[in-house]
Amino acid sequence: MVLGVVVAGVLIGFYVANWLLSGPPTYDARTSGTTANITIQTVAAVGSQLAPHPDWVSYLIRNPSSGSWERSTIWTVPAHALVHVKILQFDGDSGLRNPFLARPEGLVGSPTLDGKPFQEINPDDASHTFAIPQLGVLVPLAGVPDDAKNQCGYAPCDPTSMAHRTIEFTFRTGKKGKYRWQCFVPCAAGFQFGFGGPMQTIGYMDGFVNVV
Amino acid sequence: MSEGSTATSARPLWRRLIGFNLLLAVVLGVAGWYLGWYIGKHATATSLSYFGDTDQNDISVFLGYTLGVVGFLIGLGFLQYPLARLRGYPPSLREKETEGIGRYFGLCTDHKVVGIQYFFGIGFFFAVGGLNAMLIRFELLRPTPVFNSGNYLTLVGLHGTMMMGMMTSAILGPFANYFVPIMIGARRMAFPRIESFTFWLLMAAGTILLTTVFFGGFPTGWTGYGPLNDQANYGMDAYIMFFALVGVSMCLLGMNMLATVVTMRAPGMTWSRLPIFVWGVVSTSILNLLAAPVLIAALAMGLLDRTAQTTFFISSGGGSQYLYENLFWFFGHPEVYILALPGFAVLLEILPVFSRKPLWGYRLAVAGMLGVTLLSFLVWQHHLFMSGINSNLRPFYMLSTELISIPTGFTFLCGLMTLWRGSIRFTVPMLFALAWFFNFLIGGLSGIFNSDTPSDTTEHGSFFVMAHFHYTIMGGLIFTFFAAIYFWLPKMTGLELNERLGKIHFWSMFLAFNSTFLPLFVVGFKGMPRRVVTYAPNLQFLNDWASVSAFVLGLSMLVFLGNLVYSLLFARVRAERNPWESLSIEWQLPSPVPVQNFDRIPTFESDPYGYGDGAVPVARPAGAPATGS
Amino acid sequence: MAIAHTQPGGDIHHGRRVLVLWLAISAIVTPIAVFVVGPLIPPGNGSVQAEGQVFDNQVLIGVSAPIIVFVLVMLGYTLIVFHQRDAVLEGPPVRGDSRLQLWWIVITSVTVLGLAAFGTYELVKDGAGGGQGPSATFLPSNHNQAMDVQVIGQQWEFTYRYPTYGGLETPHLYLPADTLIRLHVTSLDVVHSFWAVNLGVKADANPGTDNVVYVQTKHPLALNIRCSELCGLWHGYMFDGQGRVVSQSEFASWIKQQQALYGPVLKYLPPYSTTYSPEPQLRAG
Repeated sequence: MVLGVVVAGVLIGFYVANWLLSGPPTYDARTSGTTANITIQTVAAVGSQLAPHPDWVSYLIRNPSSGSWERSTIWTVPAHALVHVKILQFDGDSGLRNPFLARPEGLVGSPTLDGKPFQEINPDDASHTFAIPQLGVLVPLAGVPDDAKNQCGYAPCDPTSMAHRTIEFTFRTGKKGKYRWQCFVPCAAGFQFGFGGPMQTIGYMDGFVNVV
Repeated sequence: MSEGSTATSARPLWRRLIGFNLLLAVVLGVAGWYLGWYIGKHATATSLSYFGDTDQNDISVFLGYTLGVVGFLIGLGFLQYPLARLRGYPPSLREKETEGIGRYFGLCTDHKVVGIQYFFGIGFFFAVGGLNAMLIRFELLRPTPVFNSGNYLTLVGLHGTMMMGMMTSAILGPFANYFVPIMIGARRMAFPRIESFTFWLLMAAGTILLTTVFFGGFPTGWTGYGPLNDQANYGMDAYIMFFALVGVSMCLLGMNMLATVVTMRAPGMTWSRLPIFVWGVVSTSILNLLAAPVLIAALAMGLLDRTAQTTFFISSGGGSQYLYENLFWFFGHPEVYILALPGFAVLLEILPVFSRKPLWGYRLAVAGMLGVTLLSFLVWQHHLFMSGINSNLRPFYMLSTELISIPTGFTFLCGLMTLWRGSIRFTVPMLFALAWFFNFLIGGLSGIFNSDTPSDTTEHGSFFVMAHFHYTIMGGLIFTFFAAIYFWLPKMTGLELNERLGKIHFWSMFLAFNSTFLPLFVVGFKGMPRRVVTYAPNLQFLNDWASVSAFVLGLSMLVFLGNLVYSLLFARVRAERNPWESLSIEWQLPSPVPVQNFDRIPTFESDPYGYGDGAVPVARPAGAPATGS
Repeated sequence: MAIAHTQPGGDIHHGRRVLVLWLAISAIVTPIAVFVVGPLIPPGNGSVQAEGQVFDNQVLIGVSAPIIVFVLVMLGYTLIVFHQRDAVLEGPPVRGDSRLQLWWIVITSVTVLGLAAFGTYELVKDGAGGGQGPSATFLPSNHNQAMDVQVIGQQWEFTYRYPTYGGLETPHLYLPADTLIRLHVTSLDVVHSFWAVNLGVKADANPGTDNVVYVQTKHPLALNIRCSELCGLWHGYMFDGQGRVVSQSEFASWIKQQQALYGPVLKYLPPYSTTYSPEPQLRAG
């Protein structure tokens, strides 16, 4: 009987450890010692193949070697380096709760929206943001207009055929560390203030930038 | 499972497993879960479309839990008696008390069985909560997160919620249930079935809380503040269900205790002869009875906010987060006194035995406990000093909170003067009781700091508060909990606990406990808020010190567990009837106490503190021999 | 059981020894605690309110130290002198002493009431750095000259608005030195808490409520700002190490710089108000 309790305890221990360490896999975005390239798509519904919550919004990162979109929000980049980010934004707009966050900052040069540089966007057009508050990085991501044709349903979304906006920007990393990033737009449909669910779960709208 | 010596010992195992017991309860509980889930899924109005967006149906979860608990309780047999009475069967008070070890796994109306069930049940959840704490300290070894940050918040919430929900019955459950009827000379509690009900409800609640892990956890910590509780994943429903059931259990337990002590005292057991332990139980039961319903109300509103989209706690919908904060803390403050008062009770019960002196200042001690009970309802806004309550309220609550230290001080006086000029024996229970003085001193004084509003500006919501309440609750309650275990377990089981292991347990626990929480006062002052995964790098050394000490504290608990397993399963040394030479009535009875407690109801002639003047045992229970052995 | 309850000496003898021990140790420990350790305890002297809290803590230490010494001396003395010396010894059957009880009640009540009165005085002076809600009643004497600054808590960052500068919003908090500031703390979503550790300021950020707190800054300072009310996933990361108290001229030039930087987004901001209700206020989607 004592043995049975011990065995059960060990199994439960494994389950708990698994639960505590769970989360999206880490994606290594380094391309050289001083640069990193990240290609992301933000989607309105992540779909059941990529996540247990098919209707949640999410960030997905593109794996260049396989060409497929993976659900990872923990990215490894080098320290004191330039990180180039390209975001394919497939989601409609929700609008910022604090319009102050409509102005990009902390970047190297100007970010571009569909190829054109921009200083701020209309806060009501924001669909998501990419922000690393500890590094001062903030980029509002404009949304796909409501009347656009061919909007993406469930991820992964195809940039060649579906309506999307393209945002590109570059930021510089500093010292080593683990910096959290988050979205600031209330895009979690169905949750209070739009900030629950995917907005509070690592692997959807939140993650870490591992500067090594 | 081995059978006790009863007439039905010939039945094979599989036949004994059929019937209203834990096995059927689990089966019906799971069935109830699926039934509730199914009803929720299909009966939910389509206007609640947000369930489709969130991929989470709160109504399914809530109905599943509710029907699961109902199924669980039916499986245990709680409906049998009401149905029997409906069909005209005569009333009966006691059932299933003779089945051997099987009676511990079902509904049994013997208060002693319920006491032992509570001991193991609460012990299990205490261990789970303690392991959570070890994991939390592991995460806080470094300022960079190791665990999934969302799940870490759930871990923190689980630790706090499990402890605050379960430890309210830490002393009332095992020891009050077992000993209050004996101490007042009764054969049973006033409502034996409700007594068993409170236990099983608590077990069901604890299981529900653990299932939050499957539903994404809850991000609010044990206080469950709105509107964050509205925003949370459906793991939050497990929290709501847990605390609601715990509230019901607490309320009924308090009611039962009060009814028992008020109505069932034996001849001669006047209020001024009641053992101080029973007075402590009475004070705690008043708090249980009156505070728990407020919590249930607050949680019901939270549940409605989450399911029916009401806005009790959403200010833009006409509600207010202050509503939740006030309701919660109106319960929450008496709750912490529910945790502290039984500690006082056990302390003052044990000190006379091992100082060989009467309890000093009996009336003052009782006044202290009742004073704490009364005042604890008048202080709750000190949890809200910085919340933006009307500033004129703050001096009043500062005063009332500071005033509550006066009755608390009575316990110190009575305890210290009981020891004074006594003949002190340093047994293991006595060591744990003595540690209370040191721990609660620091805990209480840090409480004075917190109650002083200007000082609270820096301390509120930081690790200072955390160190304060761990000193009072863990240093106060848990140390006396172990004192009670070492003191009374020989009477409850008839087996001795190993003294050497007990002393190792005490010293390692006392030193490790202080080493863990003393630095946390400093950490709090230096700017580390509660419930965080990251902190300023200059605080890492102190955090590491606290974490390593916490691991040692965990190891000391393993020493205790080892002592328990070794003493109860392997060594099995028969305990003497009265190893502590106590004058209290439970020590004049055989160990373990027989089912009917006494052959004849005793007549009491004095309180049990007649040490030092050649006193005879407090009563002559006819079931026990008049002299010797 | 034999009842020989004679420990050496009587109550007076032991009582006197305890008293002397207590007085001696307190006389040494209390001044060290109050004057050496006390000033080291945060929040330090970053603001007038912080200094008030340090003084408050010193008084509390001054009262607590003798209490701690008393209990420990009493406990230690008792455990050493009165431990059981013979297998059948019992203690004297003393059940109480009403004079001692009365003295205890009087002394503890006086101490507690004194502390409460002192705390009230410190609180009423200027609010002691704690949030007072929308209608603050504990106002510093020069509250009419206070500069208003708003702190907006949102999941999971603080931003700050300056109504005196046209409702300018900035991501970091700069305050001018030697100025009385009236902070208006509010939230856009759940309950947060604005804790400026070295300014000695803490005020919960509540949705739909304006929590006012007064702080008089002193010299230039780097601010350590943390959220101290659990607000969701990134509560632990809701901190800001880039706030500053700067000289008044530096503050003026910083304001100009921020206006240039964030001027373009000012047109989108709602007009300055003590509370905000941005959409969505209920469940999204």
